Amino acid sequence: MELTTAWFIIIAFLWTSYFFLEGFDFGVGMLLPVLGRDDVERRVVINTIGPVWDGNEVWFIVAGAATFAAFPEWYATLFSGFYLPLLAILLALIIRGVAFEYRGKRDDARWRSRWDKAIFWGSLVPAFMWGVAFANMVRGVPLDADHEFVGSLGDLLSPYALLGGLTTVTLFILHGAVFLALKTSGGIRARARRIAGLAAVAAVAAGGGFLLITQLQYGRPVTWLTAAGAAAGLLAAAAANRRGREGWAFVGTGAAIVLAVATLFLSLFPDVLPSTLATGGLTTENAASSGYTLKIMTWVAAVFTPIVMIYQGWTYWVFRKRIGTSHIPVKKPVA
Amino acid sequence: MDTVDIARWQFGITTVYHFLFVPLTIGLSALVAVLQTAWLRTGRTAYLRATKFWGKLFLINFAMGIVTGIVQEFQFGMNWSDYSRFVGDIFGAPLAIEGLLAFFVESTFLGLWIFGWDRLPKRLHLGCIWLVHIGTLLSAYFILAANSWMQHPVGYRIDHGSGRAVLTDFWAVLTNSTQLVAFPHTMTAAFATGGMFMAGVSAWHLARRRNVEVFRPSLKLALAVTAIASIGVAITGDLQGKVMTEQQPMKMAAAEALYETERPASFSIFTVGTLNGEEEVFGLKVPRVLSFLATGTLDGEVKGINDVQAAEQERYGAGDYRPMTPVIYWNFRVMVGAGLAMALVSLAGLWTLRRGRLPSSPWVYRIGVLSLTLPFIGNSAGWIFTEMGRQPWSVFGVLKTSSSVSPGVSASSMLISVASLTALYGVLLVIETGLMLKYAKAGPPSEDEVLPPPSDGPGSDSDSERSLAFAY
Repeated sequence: MELTTAWFIIIAFLWTSYFFLEGFDFGVGMLLPVLGRDDVERRVVINTIGPVWDGNEVWFIVAGAATFAAFPEWYATLFSGFYLPLLAILLALIIRGVAFEYRGKRDDARWRSRWDKAIFWGSLVPAFMWGVAFANMVRGVPLDADHEFVGSLGDLLSPYALLGGLTTVTLFILHGAVFLALKTSGGIRARARRIAGLAAVAAVAAGGGFLLITQLQYGRPVTWLTAAGAAAGLLAAAAANRRGREGWAFVGTGAAIVLAVATLFLSLFPDVLPSTLATGGLTTENAASSGYTLKIMTWVAAVFTPIVMIYQGWTYWVFRKRIGTSHIPVKKPVA
Repeated sequence: MDTVDIARWQFGITTVYHFLFVPLTIGLSALVAVLQTAWLRTGRTAYLRATKFWGKLFLINFAMGIVTGIVQEFQFGMNWSDYSRFVGDIFGAPLAIEGLLAFFVESTFLGLWIFGWDRLPKRLHLGCIWLVHIGTLLSAYFILAANSWMQHPVGYRIDHGSGRAVLTDFWAVLTNSTQLVAFPHTMTAAFATGGMFMAGVSAWHLARRRNVEVFRPSLKLALAVTAIASIGVAITGDLQGKVMTEQQPMKMAAAEALYETERPASFSIFTVGTLNGEEEVFGLKVPRVLSFLATGTLDGEVKGINDVQAAEQERYGAGDYRPMTPVIYWNFRVMVGAGLAMALVSLAGLWTLRRGRLPSSPWVYRIGVLSLTLPFIGNSAGWIFTEMGRQPWSVFGVLKTSSSVSPGVSASSMLISVASLTALYGVLLVIETGLMLKYAKAGPPSEDEVLPPPSDGPGSDSDSERSLAFAY
């Protein structure tokens, strides 16, 4: 296989892993005000992702850096072109990351409720913006002959892109609700299952519409399969959730995310960022680094990605137990 | 202001801010790991209490280092897209490898360390914090290799078709002579930062004779690390000066505000000049020292700014190749001054602690606490010096900063970006400092708090109902 194609697949894999993993912790963040009725319950909700959210976020950092290394033109055009949406993502992730660590550091209800809002918005904004960004990547944006973005912010907020944002938000809420049902016990677990039932309806409506439009406009024969598989994953997740099979429900939402992202990347290939003008479209060929850089990067990725997956998988094993309100230690006064 | 200026301000603000947290993360992760190792080997509860206390301060700091690091990676694409296009072939690789090799290790094993106190066997749990520390070192290596390439590009050629830099030798990039002096210099500075921080907080408690059994060993360890590390900073800084003189003569000339070439050259301790630095009003100089710093001999020639400017014009074409001399000159002095002060304070501190003593004079402790600011001042000045000293280049001798900025991004978008990031960073700095002070003053947990409650043995029914050792 050509190295440029291999790197397109590697980058698709990194983004897919990112949405699979951080998808549920964004969902948990968005559900925090809904499912956590008091402070102890909110702590249960946060602690389901406590040990792993940071490791999940690194998949985004690596996806971004790998794009820089393997497809510098794509990285440069994408990040300068989608400037303000990306800025919103960065600001949200900063606030969110600090919120997890600082929320419990003062015994003060107002302090905690502010950080809870930070976790909610810090999860909602990126969840929405990623959908917008990926929809625009598939749809294409106006690029001039130098691959520079020449559109405006309005071009990025088309109805199709907004539907993409709605898709990621509902999908991640569902994924998060199923994860919470899997990881908690007691009242939170029961409520998470109920919410998952509602979220499944919303995710099927938004995601189904989005994938159908994507298929009709930009799809190819093979993406009928992945898009249908994503829909089947959602329905299976909803069915498993109703029966209380929480592990299978999580497999279903996970499969839906993986196949939905696969649909987008398969629709895109061999473009990486098409242009809506006659000029400036970026492909795996004209956006790529030199063969030498790609070769070194391939070795590094081939050796280290499996290692990362092994030790991250082990983390989930170490923290596999369900958490309930009885597990939350009583706060001691600090000074 | 045009977009180049705005993008430069954003880079300066976000980078200096990020680097307030990074060296402390590197230094403190090692010190926490050492204390936890000491606890495991001796079984002394005081070391466990110390581990938990410094660990908490480490985590408050670490959170800020992580979240501000994301901005660093993505502003290359956002504000400097032409730079990213030009160097992506070379510069992107260390960044991606940093993520894959270092960030995953740091974030995953930190999560395991924070939440794994009662879940992992003790040795495995200790291994987690050591892996976090190794992750920080790897991360620093790849990032500094990328920066060293900007200071002294190697292992590449310019592709005639696209006009872009193409990687030809990755090993050369990783073993760049600039990198081989920059990495030890920055790492010793990071260890000194962790040490000075620990020493300052310990001094505050010891002045009040609180938790002496925790803070006296902490202080001794911290001062020893700071003393060794700051001597290392001086030695590696001296080596770096010689490499820099060879590779970037303009930076050395500007560091000394040396306008005319001298042989032998004297070292300027202090100078007052006109605002643009072109004329000296008053100066205090030590003969021959600059010759030694720059070349290693007492009568070496050091090129002045005017000669370097003429030589670079001949080489690179007409243009102004002088950086902002007063900024470079003063930041160089602040950096060196802070480093020397740290060496003196730590050595003097060790002297006051000899043979199990604790000094009684409050001034000893006041100096210790005040010295806590020294590494942060020195680190910031060091980066301002090395980055602004490279101007007008973003990649020395190859790509100008003015040709690096994103051509398609409007000044208003960039202003929104720099304003929102600066405002958020400002608010977070207040919050972070508040938390640091609160937890630093609160002191370590008591003996009862760190020892686990009696268990009915592993696997018993009560085990699954027991509350977590740590929860957010």
